[in-house]
Amino acid sequence: MSEAEHTANFPFPHHHLLGIENLKEQDINNILDLADKYVAQNRKTNKKTHILTGLTQINLFFENSTRTRMSFELAGKRLGADVINMSSSGSSIKKGETLLDTAATLNAMRPDLLVVRHGSSGAVKLLSRKVNCAVLNAGDGTHEHPTQALLDALTIRRRKGKIARLTVAICGDVLHSRVARSNIHLLNIMGARVRVIGPSTLVPNTLKELGAEVFHDMKQGLKDCDVVMMLRLQTERMQGGYFPTISEYFTLYGLDYDKLSVAKEEAMIMHPGPMNRGVEIDAAVADDLTRSAIQEQVEMGVAVRMACLDLLTRKKRGSEK
Amino acid sequence: MSADKLYINARLLDPATAMDKIGQIMTRGGKIADIGAEITVPEDAEIIDCQGKCLCPGLIDMRVFVGIPGADYKDTIENTGEAAAAGGVTTVCVQPVTDHIIDDMTGVEFLENRAKKAKVNFIPFPAITKQLEGKEMAEIGLMSRSGIKAFTDSNKSVANPALMSRVLNYAAMFDALIIQHLAVPELSEKGCMNAGALATRLGLPGIPTTAETIMLERDLRLLKSVATRYHAAQITCRDSIEVVATAKKNKMNVTAGVAVAHFALNEYAIEEYRTFTKLSPPLRSEDDRAAVVNALKDGTIDVIVSGHDPEDPESKRVPYELAESGVVGLESMMSVSLELYHNGALPLLDILAKMTCNPARIIGLDSGCLKIGSPADLCIFDLDMPHRIDPETMVSLTKNTPFDGRPVQGKILKTIVAGVTVFKG
Repeated sequence: MSEAEHTANFPFPHHHLLGIENLKEQDINNILDLADKYVAQNRKTNKKTHILTGLTQINLFFENSTRTRMSFELAGKRLGADVINMSSSGSSIKKGETLLDTAATLNAMRPDLLVVRHGSSGAVKLLSRKVNCAVLNAGDGTHEHPTQALLDALTIRRRKGKIARLTVAICGDVLHSRVARSNIHLLNIMGARVRVIGPSTLVPNTLKELGAEVFHDMKQGLKDCDVVMMLRLQTERMQGGYFPTISEYFTLYGLDYDKLSVAKEEAMIMHPGPMNRGVEIDAAVADDLTRSAIQEQVEMGVAVRMACLDLLTRKKRGSEK
Repeated sequence: MSADKLYINARLLDPATAMDKIGQIMTRGGKIADIGAEITVPEDAEIIDCQGKCLCPGLIDMRVFVGIPGADYKDTIENTGEAAAAGGVTTVCVQPVTDHIIDDMTGVEFLENRAKKAKVNFIPFPAITKQLEGKEMAEIGLMSRSGIKAFTDSNKSVANPALMSRVLNYAAMFDALIIQHLAVPELSEKGCMNAGALATRLGLPGIPTTAETIMLERDLRLLKSVATRYHAAQITCRDSIEVVATAKKNKMNVTAGVAVAHFALNEYAIEEYRTFTKLSPPLRSEDDRAAVVNALKDGTIDVIVSGHDPEDPESKRVPYELAESGVVGLESMMSVSLELYHNGALPLLDILAKMTCNPARIIGLDSGCLKIGSPADLCIFDLDMPHRIDPETMVSLTKNTPFDGRPVQGKILKTIVAGVTVFKG
């Protein structure tokens, strides 16, 4: 695909990508269509294009991350951008002053793209008001993680050929999951039927107002599902008492073949990673290549992020040509 | 001593006696000297024509934070006094929370000394427990004997039931008012907004209303066996209101307050993580807000407070979870409260009562009414004048108001403390 083709298509009427909630179906389709093309590019030996040559991308991670940061880094580099990583462990930058000071400092270096992860909900939005470049939310607190939902959507669309009218179950620690929130929004926008399944302490009834059916029994919730999304149990965000033991949790909510048997036969299994085998998912299920799309999700992640970086800089690149 | 002043042609509003009539009022030596249609006026009296505007007792605000001692960057006593005067508030009840907790006579005297320079009256409300730690009782007896009337741990609950039981028992000996902040720590500490669907959507940890109601129910249970006067600093939800209403029906010694923000805003004011809407207790659901308005109407809630809590920009320009709680409110208290009158929710005198005679009665002050011999603490205001709340024109050092740009009706024209005009609008 030529650069001209890229620039001609897929308008994206947003300055930033802060969340899924405010996107339209067309926005999401545009990202996914473009990402499809990047999947093809990424499977070639020469994966590199130069559409972002001369542009600077800063990955600013206030919270530890390996896979998301690497995925964004790879995405930027494959598009030709200069990519810089800046990480700070949660303890050294906890004060918000530092967040905005850091934002101001980085802004003065005139980056074109800021990829930001922060442990507090709303922090990326706050930062986006203080900088002049495009900001991509790589996860804020327990609020949103838009590129994860987009890569999940791409994975589903490629396997199932569509998203609308599929029944998707999101299982586990929904309460502490930004991935779940972004996915609930996205699946609703795309016309899928969303279920959330987990213990009542981790799957509150208030999720109904976000557009999800709430289940507390795995087999009831998984019945006739097309897609099963497992979530990581975020023990680091829990201060005890959400459930008694890992063993009880796995027995009731861990995904194994028995529970999976009530879903559709061709139901696909997803997990945003990193997985806790034997906690939320049985090892055999996770490794079942016919059912599990977990590796594919990682691959789609790079492509989706390339699409987002591309779209968010279109206006800028176009106006400077 | 100020010269005699005669305010003529005023719409005299005295909630204590349900007076609402055009008349005149004379002040002499810092006190109200005479009221009525027929007043013998000394020849040298200064005559002020109120042109039919409202004249009511100066407001008494039971919940104000001042950065003294130690946190002057938030605001000084002098400037807080200016802000109060601009809001028609003539008596400010200072919360003990600052860099050096006010929990003994040293702190009380320091504050009282510093307040002498201020334009309005400052009354310290010292801590119930030493350093607000909820472990040991502060010197309630010594402070009471020196004239302190009320105690509060302000933005912390006295959580230990054994200690609270002793506090209520002990305070009765001195007829001290115990003011409790209602929040079970374990249910509220991790949260930063009302628990519910919006918190789920925003991905913010919630504070359930049960955090408030459980603490209230517990305290009232403890209160049953003692004769102490107990004031629930702020009740913000339907359940707490029911509990207070029942307790009042049973003739218990309980009164309750609410902050302006809790009847003027609901949780949706947070929009996209606006930290100026972060409060403790948090803004509640629309259903709870409506219940608060009804409770103001039926008298279950006795007092309206500003909850004035200046926070410097650095503690607000951060992610919502990390931001400090608190809003400034002295200057907007009257205008925003008058919405209740303009939208027909409450009669004018009922609204004013909650900021004048009710707090005076609960604390034990002789102000808050238009009575001969009472302090000449007065507020003259235009009931209808429309304007927008503008942080830029505020006197407060910090501008953390959640009412930025809100259109309101009603404006303070003049504030008088002990017969002296301290503010002219």
